[in-house]
Amino acid sequence: MLYRESGDFSSTYAEDSQTFPIKFDRYRYYFVLFVAIAVIPFMINDYWVNSLFLPFLIYAIAAIGLNILVGYCGQVSLGTGGFMAVGAYACYKLMTSFPDVSMLIHVLLAGLITAAVGVLFGLPSLRIKGFYLAVATLAAQFFLVWLFNRVPWFYNYSASGQISAPERTFLGVNITGANTQAWATYLFCLMFVIFSAYVARNLTRGSVGRKWMAIRDMDIAAEIIGVNPLRAKLTAFAISSFFIGISGALFFSIYLGAVEVGEAFGIQKSFLVLFMIIIGGLGSIFGSFAGAAFLVLLPVVLKIVGVDWLGWPTDIVAHLQLVIVGGLIIVFLIAEPHGLAQLWRVAKEKLRLWPFPH
Amino acid sequence: MAGEETHAEEDDRANPALSDISREETPMNMKLKLTTVALGVTLAAGPAMAELVFPSLSYRTGPYAANGIPFADGYADYFTLLNERDGGIGGEAIRMIECETGYNTEKGVECYESTKGEGALVYQPLSTGITYQLIPKATADGIPVHSMGYGRTSAKDGSVFKNIFNYPANYWDGASVAIKHLLDVNGGSLEGKKIALVYHNSAYGKEPIRTLEELSKKHGFELSLLPIDHPGQEQKSQWLQIRREKPDNVIMYGWGVMNQVAIQEAANIRYPMDQFIGIWWSGSENDVRPAGDAANGYKALTFHNVGDDFPVFDDIQKFVVDAGKAAGAGDQIGTALYNRGLYAAMLAAEAAKTAQGMHNTTTLTPAQMRDGMEALEITEAKMADLGLPNFGPEFKVSCENHGGNGFVAVSQWDAAADSWSLITDYVQSDQDILGPLVTEDAAAFAAESGITPGC
Repeated sequence: MLYRESGDFSSTYAEDSQTFPIKFDRYRYYFVLFVAIAVIPFMINDYWVNSLFLPFLIYAIAAIGLNILVGYCGQVSLGTGGFMAVGAYACYKLMTSFPDVSMLIHVLLAGLITAAVGVLFGLPSLRIKGFYLAVATLAAQFFLVWLFNRVPWFYNYSASGQISAPERTFLGVNITGANTQAWATYLFCLMFVIFSAYVARNLTRGSVGRKWMAIRDMDIAAEIIGVNPLRAKLTAFAISSFFIGISGALFFSIYLGAVEVGEAFGIQKSFLVLFMIIIGGLGSIFGSFAGAAFLVLLPVVLKIVGVDWLGWPTDIVAHLQLVIVGGLIIVFLIAEPHGLAQLWRVAKEKLRLWPFPH
Repeated sequence: MAGEETHAEEDDRANPALSDISREETPMNMKLKLTTVALGVTLAAGPAMAELVFPSLSYRTGPYAANGIPFADGYADYFTLLNERDGGIGGEAIRMIECETGYNTEKGVECYESTKGEGALVYQPLSTGITYQLIPKATADGIPVHSMGYGRTSAKDGSVFKNIFNYPANYWDGASVAIKHLLDVNGGSLEGKKIALVYHNSAYGKEPIRTLEELSKKHGFELSLLPIDHPGQEQKSQWLQIRREKPDNVIMYGWGVMNQVAIQEAANIRYPMDQFIGIWWSGSENDVRPAGDAANGYKALTFHNVGDDFPVFDDIQKFVVDAGKAAGAGDQIGTALYNRGLYAAMLAAEAAKTAQGMHNTTTLTPAQMRDGMEALEITEAKMADLGLPNFGPEFKVSCENHGGNGFVAVSQWDAAADSWSLITDYVQSDQDILGPLVTEDAAAFAAESGITPGC
């Protein structure tokens, strides 16, 4: 009964084309933003932030980035881990070279550097498609990880080959290093999440996004109606890599603090983010959030239920998690290829018709 | 509804009929609901304070499980023994919280955060990567970390790494003792010899490179480096290179499935096993057994004794195994890594006892535990008293030295007898080379993170 558009009239073009045209949705969106910005920071501690919120927020950015490339532009990529590594190492080099500059600038620059690398590795997409492109991006994944392991300049010649985030600040508040406050790291990441989601949402609604989708749906037809495939594909690679680079930078500097490239940004990371958008929903910003939340929360919830409540052995629970994630991916691919986002859409559709389905 | 078709939304590829719905997507909406559910769940498990809490960051899954399981079992069984036989430490029951990390740093962080609120006294993550993560975090939280034979080697310098301990031996000690052993075998000179280092391409595997480079300058051998990427199932090209270059010796810093594959590959190219030395993390039964008889003669370093011929194992049989309280499958007792887990638990328990004596209390805080670890002294009499005579080297921890004295022995695998045996005494590492390296690396860390060294 609550979820109705009746009586909600648009009288200007701006109102007509807003992201949330239904009043109820709009208020709910403002409410979620309000809770995320003004309520959660006062309630969280280290455990909540480091186990749930930071990984969720950071993976959400990565999933948005990959969703732009795979879900909107239709270019399958397995190089997410490698691009996250570019963001992380770019951020590390910037942090150590310019210690006095704000973290905000470092993270954004890391995103831009990753965008440039992404364009470079996106060039083959003009010639190769589908599986072959997936393999080409896989090459990017392995090459980048190899590069960061191989060239000591990237890790400042440290003996262990690890990169560790020194203490850096944003607006005078410690953001990286050991002596951070839970609310500060949370808000810093949240800022990037809101920024990414806002930009991605509006890009995909606009002409750029429509070109991506035209390329995705049929590239030859798109070219004939005047979409330049070079520009469309490369902008998708650039913007996607920009977000993935930001998430890599945050993943290293804010969340983990110390990173080893092979372990943190290996092929598993590429698959994890890909699973997020498959489970969440290809071609949907909400799906990126849902998928990230799902795959971040699932292990934690399983651990709490299995180990802490039921007292099962830890290895059984860890194996169970693999079984469940694997099973869910198969179920989603067969039963609901458009993921959690589609379930959400169907639920909303039903709600609007309720109680008189016709 | 009719007018809404014009709002065709690009998000909907599947079902154009639903396109009018999808425009109301909310990027943030699901987050809150899902997280609140999870948070409510975590709150239900409240802390219980009047116990000694020892978290066990174990890994019984993934490519490193073959090595993670025996260690976790040994660690758990020793604490179970203390609880069953002695009623804990100093009359205070021990609660061990096991948390699965899968050797993965992200899960390691989650484990650390979820257990530290329970009053965790000391962390032993059994992973160099997780140790690197925990060094700054645990230092800020005032919780000690004991990275026994792994982690950051320069943590030996307690004036910089106040909360981090790595007694009784570290990676650089291992590299140095391996070279010392080779000197012994080769009549005191390694001039002109070729030594290859096969290492896990991670912070762990890279640790000994600096030391070996220094040692190669001192002793005149030629060092070649062969990195193997995580998880280490693919090593054909590295062993092809070894077959081509025929190094006189191979030293391995491997872990998990990498060990088994390396020993199998060495057997395949018929590399002489007695010229192949692994660090202590490459010296468990699970590593050599898959190669069968071909692994006979393989050497590995160790900083504690092998086998189950110690009085403490009788107690474990009686109080833990027979009572049905053995951790895991209970089939690892007496293996090399089980003994190491047991040794790690024993050192933690002894440090807790020391701390209880120092602070005249039975309940402990992490800060008191840290003091106990810094004042820990392991003597032969103490070990014999615990049912572990001649089990490890004697050492004494001090504020300057958090890393023990670097006494390491060499063990050799006998495939026919299916057991390890020590073939040397505990030999001290080359402190002339290692001392300056430790000081240098610790000073670099202190400068990097703004710590003023001091005791």
